[in-house]
Amino acid sequence: MKPLKKLSNFLRKSKSISRRKLSGDSAFKLTITLIACSIFVILGIMIYKIIQNSWLSIETYGIGFLWGTTWQPFPPNPSTPPSFGALPLIWGTLVTSAIALLLGVPISLGISLALSEFMPKSFNYVISFFVELLAAIPSVIYGLWGIFILIPFLQTNVYPYLQDVFGFLPLFEGTIRGPSILTGGIVLAIMIIPTVSAISRDVFAAVPDSQREAIVALGATRWEKARIVMSYGRSGVIGAIMLGLGRAVGETMAITMVIGNSFNMFTSFLQPGSTLASIIANEFTEASSPPVYISALMEVGLILFGLAIVVNALARLIIWRSTRRIKEGGIF
Amino acid sequence: MTFSIVENKHKRRCEKLNYKIIAYIEAVVLIAAIVGFVVYGSYFTNQPIILSGAGATFPAPLIQKWSAEFKDMTRAQINYEGIGSGGGVKQFTDKTVDFGASDPPMQDSEFSTASGTLHIPITIGGVVPIYNIQGISSGLNFSGQVLADIFSLNITRWNDARLSSYNPDTTLPDAEIVVCHRSDSSGTTKVFTSFLSDESETWSSAYGASNVINWPSQTIGGKGNPGVAAAVQQNQNSIGYVELSYALQSDIPYGNVQNAAGKFVEPSLETLGAAASAVSLILPPGNASWASVGSYFNLHEVQEPDNGYPITSFSYVLIYQELNVRAGMTLDKAKALTWFLWWAIHDGQHFSSGLSYVPLPQSVVTHDEATLRMIIFDGQQVNNWT
Repeated sequence: MKPLKKLSNFLRKSKSISRRKLSGDSAFKLTITLIACSIFVILGIMIYKIIQNSWLSIETYGIGFLWGTTWQPFPPNPSTPPSFGALPLIWGTLVTSAIALLLGVPISLGISLALSEFMPKSFNYVISFFVELLAAIPSVIYGLWGIFILIPFLQTNVYPYLQDVFGFLPLFEGTIRGPSILTGGIVLAIMIIPTVSAISRDVFAAVPDSQREAIVALGATRWEKARIVMSYGRSGVIGAIMLGLGRAVGETMAITMVIGNSFNMFTSFLQPGSTLASIIANEFTEASSPPVYISALMEVGLILFGLAIVVNALARLIIWRSTRRIKEGGIF
Repeated sequence: MTFSIVENKHKRRCEKLNYKIIAYIEAVVLIAAIVGFVVYGSYFTNQPIILSGAGATFPAPLIQKWSAEFKDMTRAQINYEGIGSGGGVKQFTDKTVDFGASDPPMQDSEFSTASGTLHIPITIGGVVPIYNIQGISSGLNFSGQVLADIFSLNITRWNDARLSSYNPDTTLPDAEIVVCHRSDSSGTTKVFTSFLSDESETWSSAYGASNVINWPSQTIGGKGNPGVAAAVQQNQNSIGYVELSYALQSDIPYGNVQNAAGKFVEPSLETLGAAASAVSLILPPGNASWASVGSYFNLHEVQEPDNGYPITSFSYVLIYQELNVRAGMTLDKAKALTWFLWWAIHDGQHFSSGLSYVPLPQSVVTHDEATLRMIIFDGQQVNNWT
């Protein structure tokens, strides 16, 4: 008890809570608040360290780093300085994430609509269980599954037909390679399904029953009811999609294993490429010299960090707006 | 009524007391048990000797096998972490480990910062071209020049005239070559591209030799040996490169490479050993810089490398000649470490072929023996192994 008393005496002296009667509760509250605030410290240290470590690269290559297209840590002629540029990586990240959303979002919305509007409760549990199981699988397992099962399957059963039908488009030209941008996008699509479907299910569940009852009373079909539910939760669903996008952008292990790791400005989805995260996973472990090499990899991390923050902030903003509207009782 | 409350209170106090006593007894027993174990441990077993090493991933399975066997015999424990050659050299230079390990020898700049380093070759590695062409098994012939042209996409089809001239008995398909390579920073890439750089002027000026290469686009990168092997197996008409032990253990076809004597040599434990034997005549003394040995053995510089496989290299253990520079080193530890290395280059080599590593040829073992005799602790020779 003694140390606690000392602590409370000390706290009583401090100004902020001097007027309140000090009990165990307020000491607890203060501790918890401090713990919660530590997140700012952690995040601050991370951002500071990443910027500090990538400073050399930022100084050397400037803003041109963002649209440079060569990545040569060890030039063949030792007297030329190494050169780095991240555009193919940014391009790869954006394209794979876009494919992931294109393929993953319709499936996720289908799942969550079915769960909230069409299925009986008992079935609901089973499906949610499996969807959540999908979220619990480590990403390296997705990668292994991608290499050994998905790639051989796509290569023999899907890509040749895709090329037969859409081969006239530049997006599907060239020799078919198993590990490619499209394969990466497909694996990412599967990985974002749990995130997007779980959140949008909750969004749909938050739609007041009065809305459903009202539209049914007007003689709507189930499909029309589902449409009302979807439009009511529209901004919430967009938030869910943004969170899925955040996962796709930052995914590392699985994408490294299936994307083909080629540093180029690809134009065809059937070509190999690389992403911001995959190049860090590939090269960071043994990058020791020259110092600007590590720094350039750090700067790639900084870009990734920035991208993740933007995506997450957008998602939060949209979700926040949607919940506020629902609370206020307005529809759109 | 009041009476029963008082009685209950009394009862509760008694129970509390009981719990207290039980808790005390438990604590005493627990402490006694811990103290007993500690006393037992220090009384019946000698202070165990624990040594640590870090470095190249390639020899890690072999070193870990050695340390398990060595522990059974001597109780000395050798912990080895396969963190990569670059990390190994760094930790060794920072003196945070008792020994380092590296696939390439230290460069001159690294050697000058870590003065008194001994290079001890402990095993031999090689890089092998692997391929996947329907109906064609192991044994395609490649020259260094042709490999360089394939990997830089100057030769793009399998039925290229130069490839066919090396392989007159095989009908190669008229198909585009899919090139696969390591995507992660790797010593295997360094060894392979060093060979290509020496063999081909165009390769050396366009790509050079390093752990990470700016590969031409359209090539597939796989993470680690398994990643490259998977990429080759899944793409028809592909070619890649992996460590010999990996090629031997998987069932992917691999090719022969032309050596300095003009012969096409099949990679195997024997031909890699032959290359090491050939090069052992020109090895520098253990305490000198080994940078001249290079990332792989340049067989152009030695006599009669007849059946030596051309893309072969040592894997080294790095150790300080004066062991007391490492904090916490004692004479006992120094003895254990030198005994371990002595045992590894002699009896330890018997474990090599089982794990698909190349045993050191006798001439290299003799060279290593001389190096190990140089090791001192506080100015005194640690072991002279008469």
